[in-house]
Amino acid sequence: MKFLDYAPAPESKALLSLKSDYGLFINGEFTAGRGTPFQTINPATEQQIAMIATANEADVDDAVSAARLAYDGVWSRLTGSDRGKYLFRIARLVQERARELAVAETLDNGKPIKETRDVDIPLVAAWFFYYAGWADKLDHAGVGPNPAALGVAAQVIPWNFPLMMLAWKIAPALAAGNTVVLKPAETTSLTALLFAEILQQADLPDGVVNIITGDGGTGAALVNHPGINKVAFTGSTSVGRAIARSVAGTDKKLSLELGGKGANIVFDDAPIDQAVEGIVRGIFFNQGHVCCAGSRLLVQESIHDEVIDRLKRRMQTLRLGDPLDKNTDIGAINSAEQLARIRELSDLGEQEGAQRWSSDCVIPQEGFWFAPTIFTNVSTSHRIARDEIFGPVLSVLTFRTPAEAIAKANNTPYGLSAGIWSDKGSRILAVADKLRAGVIWANTFNQFDPSSPFGGYKESGYGREGGRHGLAAYLKPAVRSGSRSINAADQQATPVTKKSASASKKSASAEKAAK
Amino acid sequence: MTSSPLATYQPDQRALALIGGEATDANLRRYLHGIPGIDAVGLEARAADLGTRSIKTSSKRWAIDTIIGLIDLTTLEGSDTPGKVRSLVAKALVPDPNDPGCPRVAAVCVYGDMVGDAVAALGSAHAAGGTEGVNVAAVATAFPSGRAALAIKLADVRDAVAAGADEIDMVIDRGAFLAGRFGQVYDEIVAVKDACRRVDGSLAHLKVILETGELNTYDNVRRASWLAILAGGDFIKTSTGKVAPAATLPVTLSMLEVVRDWHRLTGVRIGVKPAGGIRTSKDAIKYLVTVGETVGEEWLTPHLFRFGASSLLNDVLLQRQKMTTGHYSGPDYVTID
Repeated sequence: MKFLDYAPAPESKALLSLKSDYGLFINGEFTAGRGTPFQTINPATEQQIAMIATANEADVDDAVSAARLAYDGVWSRLTGSDRGKYLFRIARLVQERARELAVAETLDNGKPIKETRDVDIPLVAAWFFYYAGWADKLDHAGVGPNPAALGVAAQVIPWNFPLMMLAWKIAPALAAGNTVVLKPAETTSLTALLFAEILQQADLPDGVVNIITGDGGTGAALVNHPGINKVAFTGSTSVGRAIARSVAGTDKKLSLELGGKGANIVFDDAPIDQAVEGIVRGIFFNQGHVCCAGSRLLVQESIHDEVIDRLKRRMQTLRLGDPLDKNTDIGAINSAEQLARIRELSDLGEQEGAQRWSSDCVIPQEGFWFAPTIFTNVSTSHRIARDEIFGPVLSVLTFRTPAEAIAKANNTPYGLSAGIWSDKGSRILAVADKLRAGVIWANTFNQFDPSSPFGGYKESGYGREGGRHGLAAYLKPAVRSGSRSINAADQQATPVTKKSASASKKSASAEKAAK
Repeated sequence: MTSSPLATYQPDQRALALIGGEATDANLRRYLHGIPGIDAVGLEARAADLGTRSIKTSSKRWAIDTIIGLIDLTTLEGSDTPGKVRSLVAKALVPDPNDPGCPRVAAVCVYGDMVGDAVAALGSAHAAGGTEGVNVAAVATAFPSGRAALAIKLADVRDAVAAGADEIDMVIDRGAFLAGRFGQVYDEIVAVKDACRRVDGSLAHLKVILETGELNTYDNVRRASWLAILAGGDFIKTSTGKVAPAATLPVTLSMLEVVRDWHRLTGVRIGVKPAGGIRTSKDAIKYLVTVGETVGEEWLTPHLFRFGASSLLNDVLLQRQKMTTGHYSGPDYVTID
């Protein structure tokens, strides 16, 4: 055996105790769904992990009613600092249970444990910590003094960063004073349901967060429900369009975070080894299941061959396999359906005349896998240069001048992300100024921080998440009488909880948040 | 791998062909400044990422034994005596008296005036540049500062080679490098290499110490690495161990990238030696991973990779005992030197 065939180093599953069936989390309790339950599988083995309930329209109605009741009765009456205390408590509990959540996320999603351990779960905690701090400072959120919450927010999230997307949605909504009904993606509901247990542990007042599971039908019932005030969706552009249509004509506020075809622009004076790392991080991070992935590499023609040579060499060191192994770089594709789409578009790339190259890696027998792949000789007219593949597939294009790089980078219906690699600061600023993308990274890629707003142009959606801007998406300028200017008696009120005694035993940090 | 006509050149011709003229300050500056820059944040992130590899069971066992075989066991103190050197040599030959299967270290590294004592103590176990036994490395050229006249530095080298040193660890003139006098640094390395010639015409192995802690930026480290290799160094070494910071993983990674690119360009393999500050098995394993994933596993041989260390060996031996017996022992279960 060679040294580089590192011996297996699997993360233990012992910490995780999963139930065989999960219900819906409505009004602080797990209840059976009235739709047909479905199984959630481990995409690396195709084995069933648990059965998940489906919420039908009546369940959606219950969840929205619970959220409305919690909004009117408790959450809108709490002071910002009291809401902040709950959010801080949730953040601490996420940290305490970080390893368990990381293992669960890896099992259910297929992404490598090193990413869930080092990126996903730490960012989940960071998001709650960040917005916890905002909860009592809403006057500075940029929507004027005494801003008001919107009410009940319906949130529908994707499968690529299940718990992280949940945090991006729930943390600002709660900090701003809204209550929430959230629907995780069908293939990755597990960590959202573990998160529901954390909410119980944190003694969050019943109904403030409701988590309902199911397929697209459940999601449609939720966003179409007349009782909600806000829809926040992250996912595909086609579903985003349908939501925009259904919300049109109502007074529901909408934010959409949709697809992307990010350009990663490498100039000839780039720090070349770090640029190669950035290309790898841009497209192979999370198996390329990243809406802001750098899926189009725009490389200056003069260094094309050298960059591709170095990139291929680097790709040979990527380790594909058991997502629970701590040395795995590339995990499993999330679903058979997504794998089929990646294969279809990749085959199309070959038919269109692009040159395909994949790293040598052994594809496991069971599960859904796709070797890291690059296409060279790609033209702007090729489908693989235009369509979002959402997999570990990079399309390489070249450019000759900065003007051509900008034109090619912008020549896409999307506008979510871009990267610029150059040693010259003035060039980075000049090019960034002309790129129509919501997020632009300079000499790095796929870096996320709760204080930084994130969102897209054009078909990548609208509205911003993260930072002050992300907070504003859950606020309105007008003061709702009675909601924020609460009287002294209300300030003293402690939220009603049914299970505080048992919950506080479970949590080391469970002092009463609303004291 | 690029096959290049450069591979067939003599080393000095190769350098001149690459630089495009004589090794003047201007020509060297043009060449060294034409090499792509390093983004510090990205380099450090990559090093940190390599540091998260989890090396367990059989891989760890292999790594532990490999580390021992890559160590230049070092004593570089003003208080060194022949007795201290004999003791060091004994430790180099039999690192773990309880386990005869424990591999020997690659070399002992001493000051020039101690070379004779080291050679005598090694006796028949002196590898003398070969692979069987232990080599003797000597620091030279007014180590660690390098602040002496060239004639004195060269005399220092010749003296150590004559006494039987198989490897010379020279320091570059950091002052000249930082002042942009690249030609002077280059010429000194060429002269030292020439002084490494033995009576029989063979050459002692030349390790060029960059003292990265004084060069300060990764771009400087990268340029100094290219300069040392162009001038004919067989190894590039991070530090003397007398300046903080000494070896770090990002610095070593940047030097390994140069070595990888040089191999890609010329087909010639240059060695890398991080020295100073590597004290634990855990740290040393991160270096093995970095070597393996950057230049390739074939670099994990004493001819191409060394650890300059003294206290590292005992930590590795404790880990080795733990893997053999299943129990942690303690500092009194390994010999102090």
